[in-house]
Amino acid sequence: MALEKPYQDIPGTTIFDAEQSRKGYHLNQFCMSLMKAENRARFKANERAYLDEWPMSEEQKQAVLARDLNRCIALGGNIYFLAKIGATDGKSFQQMAGSMTGMSEEEYRDMMISGGRSIEGNRYIGENK
Amino acid sequence: MAKITASVYTSHVPAIGAALDLGKTGEPYWQKVFSGYEFSKAWLKENTPDVIFLVYNDHATAFSLEMIPTFAIGCAAEFKPADEGWGPRPVPVVQGHPELAAHIAQSVIMDDFDLTIVNRMDVDHGLTVPLSLMCGQPSAWPCPVIPFAVNVVQYPVPSGRRCYQLGKAIRKAVESYDAPLKVQVWGTGGMSHQLQGPRAGLINREWDNAFLDRLIADPAGLAQMPHIDYVREAGSEGIELVMWLIARGAMSDNPPKVAHRFYHVPASNTAVGHLILENT
Repeated sequence: MALEKPYQDIPGTTIFDAEQSRKGYHLNQFCMSLMKAENRARFKANERAYLDEWPMSEEQKQAVLARDLNRCIALGGNIYFLAKIGATDGKSFQQMAGSMTGMSEEEYRDMMISGGRSIEGNRYIGENK
Repeated sequence: MAKITASVYTSHVPAIGAALDLGKTGEPYWQKVFSGYEFSKAWLKENTPDVIFLVYNDHATAFSLEMIPTFAIGCAAEFKPADEGWGPRPVPVVQGHPELAAHIAQSVIMDDFDLTIVNRMDVDHGLTVPLSLMCGQPSAWPCPVIPFAVNVVQYPVPSGRRCYQLGKAIRKAVESYDAPLKVQVWGTGGMSHQLQGPRAGLINREWDNAFLDRLIADPAGLAQMPHIDYVREAGSEGIELVMWLIARGAMSDNPPKVAHRFYHVPASNTAVGHLILENT
């Protein structure tokens, strides 16, 4: 019997559950390796070669190279792990989060200062604003 | 015997640590956040406990996907601030309390909570930012700290109900420790925030404030709230709030005195909530 996953109807949200974690294991462990300065340097020197040391899917590698965090998350990445790529690139958490919303950095920052994204219309797919 | 005197609840946003470490506390953006902790710093100086039992979560720092303990208690003599990719925060090493930690581990495991015992662990912003908010920038933290890490990264995280019951088991453990220690339990993380996907930036001020109200007045009822309500209403990372129920469960059954309450949006991507509750 399939497990109940009531969170699947939340818009714009991927819950990092055991299934996502299984899919993203090597992707996330690659991210983890970037906590060491020497690995960050090797990754920056040749990203593709560094990624090829990991048994990740080609799709996952392409998503990392493109810094497409939404794609990384769809392929099993978790934001706290992916943040290590952002740290390597010198990005803040706000820049990383904003990059997934389709908004510019400034638009996202302004939205947060004005109280953040409203919950209205964002609880489930199809909710009226 | 040891006793729990008070509990402290606060968000643990990493950017708050960075603002402190980089000397940005005077900027208007950050002043609004830190102003909510002026009372708290004075309060902690007046009410310094012998030990802080600090409930937090690790953010892919000490625990990768190699091992994902649901509840992990730090039993070491000291815990170093971790390098999370930006270099370690320039904050004091955290001194543990191995004797009390071992006692709590033994008691709580005997009460059916299967803790993971950790004897070596670096601590990330989840633990050090609350200390910074409550203590400022001292050369040493004011007392020993027992780190208690909860998995809120990989779903499913422990339920609010389980966390609340665990808090009660921690209370029982502390109260059976044979030394007259004053212990505070801190619950950290939250409030509403989502760091991922097109819904990133979600904030739910009304829900957060209702959570604070219920945490004070109706914790047993609040503990029944299912995961999905946290995720849907407070964002995928808002689920960190289950950790506040551990601290609340550790408090006496009498209504607490609300010593301080603060709420502010935003710090980076996150709503900042903060409470100090004293046992009466």
